[in-house]
Amino acid sequence: MQSKPNMIGIRLNESPIDPVNDFSITFSTVNGSGSATANTTILRALFRMGIPVSGKNIFPSNIQGLPTWYTIRVSKKGYTARIERDDVVVAMNQASIQDDIRYLNPNGVLFYSDEIVLPPIPDTNVIYPMPIKSMAKETEAPAGLRDYISNMIYVGILAKMLDIQMARIRQAVEYHFKGKEKAIESNMEIIQKAFLWADQNLEKKDPYRVEPMELTSDFIMSDGNTAAALGAMFGGVQFSAWYPITPASTLAESLNEYLPQFRKEPETGKATYVVVQAEDELAAIGMTIGAGWAGLRSMTSTSGPGLSLMAEYMGLAYYAEVPVVVWNVQRVGPSTGLPTRTAQGDLTFSYFLGHGDTQYLILIPGSVNECFEFGWMAFDIAERYQTPVIVLSDLDLGMNQWMAERFKYPDNPIDRGKVLWEKELSDYLAAHNEKWGRYLDIDGDGIPYRTIPGNQHPRSAYFARGTGHDEYAQYSEDAKEWEEGLDRIARKLENARETLPKPVLKNPSSSKVGIISSGSAHPAIEEAIDLLKSDGIAIDYMRIRAIPFSKMVREFIRDHDRVYIVEMNRDGQLYQILSLESAELAGKLIKTAHVDGLPLTAKWIHGRIHSNEEKIK
Amino acid sequence: MTELSISPGKQSVNDVGMQRTDYKGAPSTLCQGCGHNSIAAQIVAACYEMNLIPEKVIKFSGIGCSSKSPFYFLSRSFGFNGLHGRMPSLALGAAFGDTTMRVIGVSGDGDSASIGMGQFKHLVRRNLPMTYIIENNGVYGLTKGQFSATAEKDLFLKRQGTNPYLPIDICMEALVANASFVGRSFAGDPKQVKELIKAALSHRGIAILDIISPCVTFHNQGGSVHSYVTGKEMEQPLHDISYVPKRDEIMIDDFEEGTTQEVELFDGSKIVLKKLESEYDPRDRWQAMHMLEEAHRNNWLVTGLIYVDPDQPTIYDIYNLSGTALNRLPPEKIRPPRSELARLNSTMF
Repeated sequence: MQSKPNMIGIRLNESPIDPVNDFSITFSTVNGSGSATANTTILRALFRMGIPVSGKNIFPSNIQGLPTWYTIRVSKKGYTARIERDDVVVAMNQASIQDDIRYLNPNGVLFYSDEIVLPPIPDTNVIYPMPIKSMAKETEAPAGLRDYISNMIYVGILAKMLDIQMARIRQAVEYHFKGKEKAIESNMEIIQKAFLWADQNLEKKDPYRVEPMELTSDFIMSDGNTAAALGAMFGGVQFSAWYPITPASTLAESLNEYLPQFRKEPETGKATYVVVQAEDELAAIGMTIGAGWAGLRSMTSTSGPGLSLMAEYMGLAYYAEVPVVVWNVQRVGPSTGLPTRTAQGDLTFSYFLGHGDTQYLILIPGSVNECFEFGWMAFDIAERYQTPVIVLSDLDLGMNQWMAERFKYPDNPIDRGKVLWEKELSDYLAAHNEKWGRYLDIDGDGIPYRTIPGNQHPRSAYFARGTGHDEYAQYSEDAKEWEEGLDRIARKLENARETLPKPVLKNPSSSKVGIISSGSAHPAIEEAIDLLKSDGIAIDYMRIRAIPFSKMVREFIRDHDRVYIVEMNRDGQLYQILSLESAELAGKLIKTAHVDGLPLTAKWIHGRIHSNEEKIK
Repeated sequence: MTELSISPGKQSVNDVGMQRTDYKGAPSTLCQGCGHNSIAAQIVAACYEMNLIPEKVIKFSGIGCSSKSPFYFLSRSFGFNGLHGRMPSLALGAAFGDTTMRVIGVSGDGDSASIGMGQFKHLVRRNLPMTYIIENNGVYGLTKGQFSATAEKDLFLKRQGTNPYLPIDICMEALVANASFVGRSFAGDPKQVKELIKAALSHRGIAILDIISPCVTFHNQGGSVHSYVTGKEMEQPLHDISYVPKRDEIMIDDFEEGTTQEVELFDGSKIVLKKLESEYDPRDRWQAMHMLEEAHRNNWLVTGLIYVDPDQPTIYDIYNLSGTALNRLPPEKIRPPRSELARLNSTMF
């Protein structure tokens, strides 16, 4: 049996003072039983009640039959990070009941399928049995649908016991079933029946409940992978090759879902894009690079093991200067690792990917909205600098549902970089003594002008290669030409430093203590900062969004006495890169790294920083 | 360096006003007498005779001696020398930039039958319109003479010893992966090589040409199919092949009735196959496999057009692409307007 992952950290007394709109619900089910629909229904209903929510799926690498957990956090303060506490547990799985109870708050509530044989439960807990099996039988639904129906039963019971509005539940069900009348009605019937049963049979003995608020009307709900695909779509993606891998697959699948709706020529109905499911990641990146070279906005999406396979081709794209965008939705490594758990463990690997001297432009979105924004922006950057751009997302950001602002239209026009078609090439040749070389740096910014296959100008063609070449793309083993070529590429990327998305500085104060972090660690850090504040520790926070770093990062370190580098990996990879890039300031950096496969919590971050700050005092 | 044996001609031009030299590449740096050089020369000749515009061709290769070849023909065409065994994926992605371009790939037996076997077979399976030439010499040349996966079992090479493994038959692999065009030839038979290349360039789909191309430095010893002498002795052409472009249809009358078989390709051109000793129908996949197995058992080097299906749908057919080349689409065609984002936002929960 799989056991629920251990929670690491210092346990605070996190019992909420006022449990209205401030608690967590964990659904413990069997994977493959269709519980996702039920859990998402509750999440969406709460969201529509105007209460800030977040949902996290802790699932096994398995199709059917193993324990899986889904946690909804309801937070009137708007906190969306994972919380190390189960206030309300909905237990549907005999196999995991021991664990489920172990993580239950001492004053927490247990809803359980009455088929489950319960171990001893402390008196401080409130328990509610649910007649799941008998009610599922009553519906006379085909046996194959019983598991699914069982899940909708707890939706109804919870709606009653937690005061979730039925009208909001209906909205969630309608959205899920895309307006399909029959499915909506049959689901609502079960939910209502269960609601009624709870009304008549259960007596409310616990304080947890929800009340409508008005804090979510400006938001939508989305996961980062969908947002990334949508951003890419508005960025003009024309080619994507991919190979299935958790947790990146839904990014490519979203392209497949949305591109046919938004990216066909209105006059002809013809497609302006190509998506290919490749035979492996070696081919996915090869196709992506081929398309990028041939002038298409080209991307692939993968996770750590896939990126490992792509390393060799990425080096070619780096050296042959081919623009491509690679989304790495990180999971826990090394090796196959924990395929369904989250981490930020591919940072150094991505930055330095490949043999020889290589380095990539890295973007690190910290929210669903940034997944959308970097989705389009990554193409502009890749084509401007004629180089691969790696976007580092992770499972938590990519696959979980988050509140997000409505997606914002790209605020810059599409930038295709320095491209010469027939006319531009003629003009260029006329202006430059008839001299054009694919790798000739005329402007002094390290970025040459490129032509694209299909160009009919007789001077346009060149032979791209990963072997040594001179400024005219001719094969060369010349020592000087090699060194100059590679130095120019380094210069080109150095010039990108201040044009990439700038770090975000949160509430700068006169504090001498800082946090630097990136990506999906963000929500836990924001919450931790509030906790530290209530302890009297003021702390400044800089969230990095791109590597190479802006000079702002060095300044931030310079202006603080000590800076905690918070990240989700073992070795402190962001800490390592920061130490390299600001070596003279490295003594100020404090590695604050942790990875167990689960999203960081405010409690862990607070605990680490708090205890260290206490020591310093 | 070796200049390819392309006769300069008397400034004669083809139907698109190009001289033969317009199809030339850089001087070859391969060994004198390498089969690859003669293949490159036939590519030049075929492109010239077919009136191709060099700017409408893209060339690809992987890594190895064979993969240097694209440098030795069509200097005016774009080219990309990719990674070992991974030309197929590179070519597939690039081909979508402008699907009106003709795609030529040159690979070797090491590149396609070992490290690149997976990509090779998947490219075949996807039926990308492309002429895919494997310059097959049974040996790794650039790394100085190791056995390749197409080397015969029990072959003895001085520095390597005896090859313990059975060879891979590239044509058989292509057929098993449902290739729509499979041919085999021998670099020592330039006329056949040229006619097969022309037919391949006209085929709408993947055209696999396995061309035995002896390595004069590491593996040209008598007794092996990959040598000039033995290759020539063992060669058994299936037919006498001629490529007839659409405009020259009249030429077909030159062939004696009942002695030829014609295959019409997608662009209206024809492959005319003059019967030799035995009956062979290259449109019969089963017969093709049977023939290859028989050749293998008898140690024959059977050459010619082994299989063709001119009508098999290609990967382009799946995508219903814009009439404009994708890489020529202006920004407004690839970024939906503001109103579409509003529509999208309204569909989110």
